[in-house]
Amino acid sequence: MSDNQHNGNWWIWKVFWILLGLTTFEVLLGMFKPEFLVNTIFLGTKLLNHIFIILTLIKAGYIVLTFMHLGFEKKSLKWTILLPAFVLVPYLLFIILSEGVHVYSIL
Amino acid sequence: MSETATYGKAWEGGDKPYEASYGKLMMWFFLITDTLTFSAFLAAYGFSRFKFQDVWPVAEEVFTHFPFLHGEHPLLFVALMTFILIMSSVTMVLAVNFGHKMQKDKVILWLSLTIIGGILFLASQAWEWSHFIHGLDGVPATLISNPYGHPLFADYFFFITGFHGFHVFSGVVLLIIILINTIKDTYEKRGHYEMVEKVGLYWHFVDLVWVFVFTFFYLV
Repeated sequence: MSDNQHNGNWWIWKVFWILLGLTTFEVLLGMFKPEFLVNTIFLGTKLLNHIFIILTLIKAGYIVLTFMHLGFEKKSLKWTILLPAFVLVPYLLFIILSEGVHVYSIL
Repeated sequence: MSETATYGKAWEGGDKPYEASYGKLMMWFFLITDTLTFSAFLAAYGFSRFKFQDVWPVAEEVFTHFPFLHGEHPLLFVALMTFILIMSSVTMVLAVNFGHKMQKDKVILWLSLTIIGGILFLASQAWEWSHFIHGLDGVPATLISNPYGHPLFADYFFFITGFHGFHVFSGVVLLIIILINTIKDTYEKRGHYEMVEKVGLYWHFVDLVWVFVFTFFYLV
């Protein structure tokens, strides 16, 4: 545990404003749906969806690394927690989603 | 001992490679399994959505209402729910932070606010559910019927947000228990507030899951 993390609360509010800002940005994008982002298809889905997913992953990173303190744990603990998710979740998504696309194409 | 020291350097934490207490480690292990569970749910949702992409409802055309406001307000209510949960995550970090400093009164204050946030979120979800169940033009949304599109959409909605909501509910129960313990001086006598930290991990995880549910149910 790094001690300067516990002196003062400014870093908590900093992360809060980042999370709030990113969420507001997502909601605004979802409400107004800029035509360019909706009509540009990249890797099988709208560019807008890629932006949503990237912003979500950034938010998740902030929550896990600062709020859950994982960024300040020992490296061994950090990677024990993160690696299973990094390996298994994309694997699962790849298999199940490509199967979904295939099932749609033969229906 | 010098051998331990060399070994310890490689692992950073010495002969305790993780340098984390048993309880905290077990909470993390539980959260890994829960991460995989929720990933599987959302992946299954994605499967059905790709499979039935022609008849899949657009979430923002389904959830367009806001309490006491007339007209269509897509995303507004769910944005409020997201805000409530992020806010309760912040109050939780503050409670953990003051726990490290052994400031009992402030821990009580911020824990109480976190509990209020959790209850507000659950109430919002109840409103969202009842509105969805009420349906469209007299046709209710249930597990076998869905006036907005494919019935599976309703199934996934009830199952995933329900499972998440149950996590929030369990979190509120845990928070109330540690609030009572804090008031009863249990952690003062123990000399540390690590239990607040462990429940905090769980509470942030609930927020983390909501971030993904929000994206994949309402935005994408």
